[in-house]
Amino acid sequence: MEEKLGLPYAAAPVTPRRRRLPKRWYAHVILITAIIITGFPVYYAVVVATQSNTQVFNYQLTPSTYLERNWDLVIHERQLPRYMLNSVIVALVMTTGKAVLSLLAGMAFVFFRIPGKWLIFGFVLITLMMPTEVMAIALFRLVGVELQWGGYDAMIVPFIASATGSFLFRQHFASIPGELSEAAQIDGANPLQFLWYVLIPISWNAIAALFVIQFLYAWNQYLWPLMVIHETTLKPVQLGLRSLRSGTETGDSFGPLMLGAVLASIPPLVVFLALQKQFMSGFALTRDK
Amino acid sequence: MYLVSPPILLLLVALVGGSWSAWRARAQGAAPAVRQRAQLLALLGAVSAAAGALVLLAPLNFCPFELDGDGNANRLNVMLGVFILLGGAFLAHRVVSSLVGRWLRGEALPGATETRTGLFSGPGSTLLALLCLAPTLTILTLFLYYPMFDTFQLSTQLARLGAPRTRFVCMRNFNQLLGDPDYGRTVLISFFLAAFIVMFSLAFSLLIAQMAYRPITGGRFYRALLVWPYALSPVIAGIIFELLFHNTAGVLNHVLDSTFGFKVPWLLDPTIAPWTVVVASTWNILGFCILFYIAGLQNVPNDLLEAAAIDGASAIQRFFRITFPLLSPITFFLVVTTTTYAFFDTYGLIDFLTAGGPVESTTTMMYEVFEVGVVARNLGSAAARSLLLFGIVIGVTILQFRFSRGRVMYGS
Repeated sequence: MEEKLGLPYAAAPVTPRRRRLPKRWYAHVILITAIIITGFPVYYAVVVATQSNTQVFNYQLTPSTYLERNWDLVIHERQLPRYMLNSVIVALVMTTGKAVLSLLAGMAFVFFRIPGKWLIFGFVLITLMMPTEVMAIALFRLVGVELQWGGYDAMIVPFIASATGSFLFRQHFASIPGELSEAAQIDGANPLQFLWYVLIPISWNAIAALFVIQFLYAWNQYLWPLMVIHETTLKPVQLGLRSLRSGTETGDSFGPLMLGAVLASIPPLVVFLALQKQFMSGFALTRDK
Repeated sequence: MYLVSPPILLLLVALVGGSWSAWRARAQGAAPAVRQRAQLLALLGAVSAAAGALVLLAPLNFCPFELDGDGNANRLNVMLGVFILLGGAFLAHRVVSSLVGRWLRGEALPGATETRTGLFSGPGSTLLALLCLAPTLTILTLFLYYPMFDTFQLSTQLARLGAPRTRFVCMRNFNQLLGDPDYGRTVLISFFLAAFIVMFSLAFSLLIAQMAYRPITGGRFYRALLVWPYALSPVIAGIIFELLFHNTAGVLNHVLDSTFGFKVPWLLDPTIAPWTVVVASTWNILGFCILFYIAGLQNVPNDLLEAAAIDGASAIQRFFRITFPLLSPITFFLVVTTTTYAFFDTYGLIDFLTAGGPVESTTTMMYEVFEVGVVARNLGSAAARSLLLFGIVIGVTILQFRFSRGRVMYGS
């Protein structure tokens, strides 16, 4: 990347440097403004997490001493850890399940001869055009009313297959040379051994891409749990935050709510920042060329 | 009492489909193999069009063409009926004619030839492959295809959540929506929000990415600090922006009040609240767009820009004549993603920020589906609303295919 440095200047060397301002000072100004604008809401939320409501109404822009009390309310009284745990379980089981099912499907699509393969593939692919939200009402009638699910099962099972994932792994496997599976067969490996010992070890990047995309999706889900989860102890964190909205006896509501919001954002932030490259490559893989 | 009896309707559709096929087969530029079989093609076109219409209308008992209500409802019914009729006919005709066309021109059918080597082909390998696919196919059938089918079915019924019995009401749920000014407003709000969210997030992210993609002092630092808000959920965005824009506790109003002496009812005024939602959503999705625009800009070949600069193109000309056209695949991808975000994912944000108010000024189509279906327990109407939302999804997808095949540049 470094060679691309200062392109317009390289192209127009006649322009002498007259200004004392650093090169592209305007870029710095715009970027710093952008960072302040995008960062301020979260900064302020963190600050308010340490404040009482009186302080919030006094617009104090620096941290205060109420963190302990807010923490106590959020962690012990309103059971945020319980909601976080639910979200962690749902997100991990859902993403793992999606990875396993998609790996199997991707392998079947690439390394096997199946009659009517393109039809089956079309059957899977077309579901990309069917967002869950559009059929949420009917899905709710099926899962919540007829099957009477109302816990982890309702949050995980309907979403454990992934058209995105199947497609992603199909694209990834299609780029693997056929010699690899030939060699594996000559060595006497059965398909599952081939998957376990050859495909998975060379697919960690694609798996990580699916993981980060689906983890964010699972963690941030809101509408569906709102429909099916009624048991308080089974709510995921996005839903649990609602319980922080109602104030305490002292009327403190903003502090605890912001503390909850900040805590609930940490897991997806960590996953996203750690796997940002894979996140993007996942989209690159699923974009049809 | 039918306006036109079903067999005659199907005959009419067959006639249209058949003549369309015949016309296409005889048109200039058709392959000779196609020309010689014009009659066969016309027959196939007629049959496929009629079959497509039949598949969609038979489950409805051809009810849109049944005249029983008042004149207004009838007119809407017939319009919807014609729409379904032509839609089904068009789809089936399209699929069949594309397959037959390939066959006649001697092209391979999709997936008919396997070019890969090293496929597993031992005894029972097909069975194993199907077993590998079985979980995915089962889940998709049960929890995606069946609900989709059920949504279609529910939309023609009077169904209440918790009530065991349903009643077939044909197109009445749709009729009520199409004649309802409140629903019209909801649609308008959804499109309004989507348009501005897409426009703002793309414009700002492109501006920021344009500044941040080049190696600049602290570039890595800037990039890291710009993209993360995307990892926050829409719910969290809603919570944080409620704090900022709150009428009395919000810091924004405090600043406005102390410097200019007035407050803006960000969340309480029905003409301002949608803009607040646009701002919060743009903030939430901006990082995602920046991430992809930076990657796209780094792929724009430098020599092109340099050549243009040598030829005397200004920075603005270089941007609009070179960079922006080369970015069009990314722009297109982002338009689709942010549109989807605006229509569906804003639900959580709106629920926390404004709860659809004030006076329903931020009630989107998605928000209303939940309100009608789960809160008001009217499943039939909610299903009809879902289907109209689905229509938008299909529209966006078709656009996606159209554009990605045509004008869009693929740089890499």
